[in-house]
Amino acid sequence: MTSAAVPAMSSTGVKRKTTLSLRGARLSYGDRILWDGLDLDVRPGEFLAVLGPNGSGKTSLLRVLLGQQSLSAGSAEVAGAPPGKANHRLGYIPQQRSLDTRLVLRGRDLVGLGLDGHRWGVGLRGRAARRRLVDNVLAEVGATGYADKPVGLLSGGEQQRLRVAQALLADPELLLCDEPLLSLDLAHQRVVSELIDTRRRTSGTAVLFVTHEINPVLPLVDRVLYLVDGRFRIGTPEEVMTSRTLSELYRTQVDVLRVRDQIVVVGANSEAHHHFQVAGER
Amino acid sequence: MGEYLTGTLQLLQLPAIQTALVAAAVLGLVAGVLGPLVVTRSMAFSVHGTSELAFTGGAAALLVGLNPGYGALLGAIVAAVVLGLLTRRASEHDSVIGAVLSFGLGVGVLLLSFYGGNSANKFGLLVGQIVGVDTTSVALLTGAAVAVLIVLSLIYRPLLFASVDPEVAAARGVPLRLLSPLFAVLVGVVTALGVQTVGSLLVLSLMITPAAAACRVTASPLRATVLSVAFAELAVLGGIVLSLLPGTPVSAFVTGISFLTYLWCRVIGAVRARRFGDRRARTLSPA
Repeated sequence: MTSAAVPAMSSTGVKRKTTLSLRGARLSYGDRILWDGLDLDVRPGEFLAVLGPNGSGKTSLLRVLLGQQSLSAGSAEVAGAPPGKANHRLGYIPQQRSLDTRLVLRGRDLVGLGLDGHRWGVGLRGRAARRRLVDNVLAEVGATGYADKPVGLLSGGEQQRLRVAQALLADPELLLCDEPLLSLDLAHQRVVSELIDTRRRTSGTAVLFVTHEINPVLPLVDRVLYLVDGRFRIGTPEEVMTSRTLSELYRTQVDVLRVRDQIVVVGANSEAHHHFQVAGER
Repeated sequence: MGEYLTGTLQLLQLPAIQTALVAAAVLGLVAGVLGPLVVTRSMAFSVHGTSELAFTGGAAALLVGLNPGYGALLGAIVAAVVLGLLTRRASEHDSVIGAVLSFGLGVGVLLLSFYGGNSANKFGLLVGQIVGVDTTSVALLTGAAVAVLIVLSLIYRPLLFASVDPEVAAARGVPLRLLSPLFAVLVGVVTALGVQTVGSLLVLSLMITPAAAACRVTASPLRATVLSVAFAELAVLGGIVLSLLPGTPVSAFVTGISFLTYLWCRVIGAVRARRFGDRRARTLSPA
């Protein structure tokens, strides 16, 4: 289970002990409770995977942290502020969705918006410095070769690399990822998750990684938040990804097998739990 | 040919024509700047709807004896606000515009039938009367255009972010719910200005066609804006100059030039896309 509750330090400018903290957090729609009594502290540089079947409130948790959805009870603090008050200190990587092929936007424009797209004005000052920053992050994710191409014509894997660059450019304290590997092939899954891993190790960016499939990120995960039907468990993968814990969560017989370095979950309502992804790009 | 040239040059000396050209240049600039955002946000039908309601406003102003320009402006702003209020989801947008626009047009036709004055004024609301623009109208046009460009320059970056990448923009704290109606009002104002020059039926040829053409040949938002302004100016100034001597309606030339530019850009875009596709297939197939 979670480490002892550490009071959140919110004094700005000071290195925070917790990047994200939830206290007695509850989210319900009518009488349907997604989760309740959720206490969670994520420290800088920590990689937290959020797992669970569809409809268990994984994406709603992200919406709460972004301030797009209020908690039904409890409190939340994100990057030293209430949710929605410090979104410019957060990075967000969405699912890969095919962008309109006619979109008038190059790879570098998409990335650059991650730096200052939320600021008012046209942004004519400091263009040279901005270009350097964008070039650096494009090189970091290996996207220099297609930075000037229309984003809509790039493959899913290329688009997700740009998404990572876009999120990293603003040097976020917390990276919120909503199934960023979905619909990517294995090679690109590895590239994208390694880019995220490198950043959190070098810059102490905390990562909250929503996924229905833990295996692609298993070596990176420090802790797991597993949500099922209003119940949840928090702990290391070794603690949570066991037959006993998941059977308790799902309230049915679930078997967790370790096959080489992969985790195979059997019996956890496989339809909702495992989307069989089509490997390969659009 | 020589006669056409000298005749046109003579007409260009007339103060009324020069006023018309200034008005057209201002309109081309502001419509060209807004265009790429309008195209990116898929608002072509919205512009059409707003322009029809500007016509309704203009008709109402004619009836009560005001400058139709003010009526058009008011009509377009009211339309933008009403469309914004009625549209809760993007999927509804199309049908909401259809419903509001047909009603507004009906009201406009009714208002015009009550108006007993100069029938050229009526026709002008539909197909434009740029050559009849007076200096008061030019002042209104320029003032409104400057106001639109100032507001746009303040909201440009977050608006672009919200238009091309709404999900991440929202996550980064861009106020989408504020920007959408604000931009709709800007579009409404420019549309109303367009109604005065090329008429409500043809506003699309200045707001949409140049930007759509530009978007076919570049993927850089900045370059698209510059090209869009250039194409809009070419269409509106070129259209007026060409139509002077034959005395044919300005709108025919403006839309004609606009459309030819669009076709030309589509061809260029298609050729480039094919080349890009070939290169991709060669370099990326094993990845």
